[in-house]
Amino acid sequence: MVPITTLHYLVVAAALFVLGVIGVLTRRNVVIVLMSIELILNAVNLNLVAFSRMWGNLHGQVFAVFIVVDAAAEAAAGLGILIAFFRNKETINVDEIDLLKW
Amino acid sequence: MNPAMNSALNSGMAPVATPFFFYLLAGLAVASGLAVITRRNAVHSALALIVTLLAVTGLYLMLYAPFVAAVQIFVYAGGIMLLFLFVIMLVNIERSSKERQFNRMWPVGLAAACALLALFVSAFAKGKALFPDRMMSLPESSNTQQIATMLYGEAGKMGQYTFAFEIASLLLLVAILGAVIMTKKKI
Repeated sequence: MVPITTLHYLVVAAALFVLGVIGVLTRRNVVIVLMSIELILNAVNLNLVAFSRMWGNLHGQVFAVFIVVDAAAEAAAGLGILIAFFRNKETINVDEIDLLKW
Repeated sequence: MNPAMNSALNSGMAPVATPFFFYLLAGLAVASGLAVITRRNAVHSALALIVTLLAVTGLYLMLYAPFVAAVQIFVYAGGIMLLFLFVIMLVNIERSSKERQFNRMWPVGLAAACALLALFVSAFAKGKALFPDRMMSLPESSNTQQIATMLYGEAGKMGQYTFAFEIASLLLLVAILGAVIMTKKKI
């Protein structure tokens, strides 16, 4: 069988990235859009760690740890916004969150 | 740490059945990623995302990154997904799981994502020479120590990412403050 190279991991990361992009662009539920954003961040992390192994140093892994920290902060802030909005308008569909629309 | 013990640990860990575990974990990650974006119930999506995170953790362990795998389990699968599940509970999604799930512009979104996938495939096909076949195997037993040296610095001199580490802690403080203030009833 063909040995598993860096390219295999990059293909998996690209597939997860495209799934996350589809989720962000097509779903109506805001919570699922936020979860698709987490999928995208995981794909980027996988990419970084695969390249860190390819080059043999740990810069990619340290960057991946920082991305996990950043994803935690962004999930907390995004979900706070969602709760504050839900308290005012009682909806979580992105179609109906259009107060700033013309 | 005894150097003899260190080299014994490093030389005894030969990976077994690497293609089997890789295809298993990769297939699990992609299948549960697909489940995240297609489930009608948001709790099902959250559980599928947890399965994705665990599969990606397995892939990190195959890539000789035990510290990143542990951080992923602790922070992502243990903290962020818990936050998502609490918010799903608070936001009362029962009503929205019976409505239409995909918005009206879903063909356009799908076409854009397919264009992105085509771009990725062409990049991988053309740039195959950039990724060497032989991958080095990083030492596992000193992984956490090396990451800690890069983050915090050795005795007497700073690491390479100490400033970024301090900024990350400030970022977490600001995000938590923002989340608490935004969800208060009266500011």
